[in-house]
Amino acid sequence: MSNPEYNAMELMICLASRLLENGAIVAVGTGVPCAAAMLAQKTNAPGLVIMFEAGGVAPQLPTMPISVGDSRTFHRGLMATSMCDVMETATRGMIDYAFLGGAQIDSYGNLNSTMIGHNYNTPRVRLPGSGGANDLASLCWRVIVVTNHDRQRFVDRLDFVTTPGYLTGPGAREAAGLPPGTGPYRVITDLAVMGYNAVTCRMEVLSLHEGVSPALVRERTGFEIEIPDIASRTTPPTAHELEILRTQVDPHRYVIGRGSKARDESAA
Amino acid sequence: MSSGESGSGTLFSNPAADDARHSFRDKRAGLVDKTMSVRDAVTRFVHNGDYLAIGGFGVDRIPTAVLHEIVRQKKQELSFAGHTATHDFQILAAGNLTGRGKLLAKVDIAYVVGLEARGLSPHARRVMQSGEVESCEWSNYALAVRLRAAASGVPFLPARSMLGTDTFRMSAAKTIICPFTGAKLVAFPALYPDVAAIHVHEADRYGNCRIRGTTVADLDLARASKRVIITCERLIPTDVIRTEPDRTLIPFSCVDAVCEVPFGSYPGNMPYEYYSDEPHLREWLCAERSPDTHLPFLKRNIFDVDSFDEYLHRNGGIERMRQLRACELLLDQGM
Repeated sequence: MSNPEYNAMELMICLASRLLENGAIVAVGTGVPCAAAMLAQKTNAPGLVIMFEAGGVAPQLPTMPISVGDSRTFHRGLMATSMCDVMETATRGMIDYAFLGGAQIDSYGNLNSTMIGHNYNTPRVRLPGSGGANDLASLCWRVIVVTNHDRQRFVDRLDFVTTPGYLTGPGAREAAGLPPGTGPYRVITDLAVMGYNAVTCRMEVLSLHEGVSPALVRERTGFEIEIPDIASRTTPPTAHELEILRTQVDPHRYVIGRGSKARDESAA
Repeated sequence: MSSGESGSGTLFSNPAADDARHSFRDKRAGLVDKTMSVRDAVTRFVHNGDYLAIGGFGVDRIPTAVLHEIVRQKKQELSFAGHTATHDFQILAAGNLTGRGKLLAKVDIAYVVGLEARGLSPHARRVMQSGEVESCEWSNYALAVRLRAAASGVPFLPARSMLGTDTFRMSAAKTIICPFTGAKLVAFPALYPDVAAIHVHEADRYGNCRIRGTTVADLDLARASKRVIITCERLIPTDVIRTEPDRTLIPFSCVDAVCEVPFGSYPGNMPYEYYSDEPHLREWLCAERSPDTHLPFLKRNIFDVDSFDEYLHRNGGIERMRQLRACELLLDQGM
């Protein structure tokens, strides 16, 4: 098999799907996380238990849900329940991963999906708000975020902390009353895979994608980011992953259709 | 339980359980025939200045006919629980900045102005950026817990969401210390909506309801609300309800009006019945880009429409419903 062509969205979805191991329990948000969970279910993790905040539990997704509350989210599922039931499951410590799409993110993995601007009452841009993101990122063990990599998104200071990452640094989550041992885990972008430093809780690069230099990551990141001298290379999507993604997960290209321009847009 | 942190947001509704008890005592929604038209239900049970909450999940199992009727009747100055709100919020926002006064006045926001993977509603954003609507921040679970507190008949319930964030800072929640363990928790004030509208699969004339699929927060919402309008795909005999009482998820005692509205969640999804009409929802988002296209679109689909049946008819009628049913049942995938 020759090196297959793929766009940035396809790359991110494939990488994200590999993080979800067989048997894990993951709560997913709308869009990219749905696609990644569905791909994982059809490749490396057929026993992945997917939970949706509206109450869908352990579906075998026939097509990608458009809404995290639509009927696909419990298609051939094991249970169709309520939001409180799902969130209480997370509160009890029974959901391994929260898998969220991106908005603004800072070096501690805090997220903004509420507003752009400086005055809450007159935002420059009103965004949807937390939805279930704050809840899932507060209560699940590990948080995975997938988003495009640019300076509008990777900012030094969020206009609004919608959803908690490590807040202001080591110990801050626990001090705020959040369950100990929880927090951000991975960030996957069109440039790199990132994790968090165990001591400082700050974001650091784990691997760079094909053709991406450390300088490019620094240029597109609005905060100081640690990049190891010899950063490892991301293993690109396989032909098998891409075929499943294109033919079974997102044949209408709802999500992967948005990927062709991702790197160019982020240069703006 | 003092000396905690407080969000700076305004509480738009009264969390006092004893006041709610009086409302519920006076309600006396008995075993009487509650069937009526959507127009009558909205006229009788949705009042200007009410706090409104909507069942389902934004575009999934939503009471579209009630939402359209609220806009058509030009209800004013409503407060709204923006809990998992997407297309429902988009419809209500059509009552703001369109020359029909101000439908939305206050919104408890957990999720508004977005339609998930479909993108953001340009008009809902204009409304929320205009400064004419007061807002207060929450998360989806926070609003679900607030409804559960109300359904439980207590003034608050604790949970572990929103801690440490601006979402908490701009909410009307408070932190408390657990009297048993010393753990820091968030106290979420009970939310007793004046009126709720919920779409279900089947109901009898008294308002005993069956729902298939996820229930989101609707079982608590029905119990927490002072008035409840049910729309249903099908009216069924009470004898059928009595054969399987374990399937009754919302009881008659919570319900004030029952309206039979086939395809009532259109253009949203109704589990096991029909899938969402994505081209129509896309058209709606496109039309909102400019008032020049938005107003004619709203006239054609809400303002100048006589009934929900006519709205369905204008968007493809029974033939379109058949296609959406095939999509929901995956018949179009060879199932």
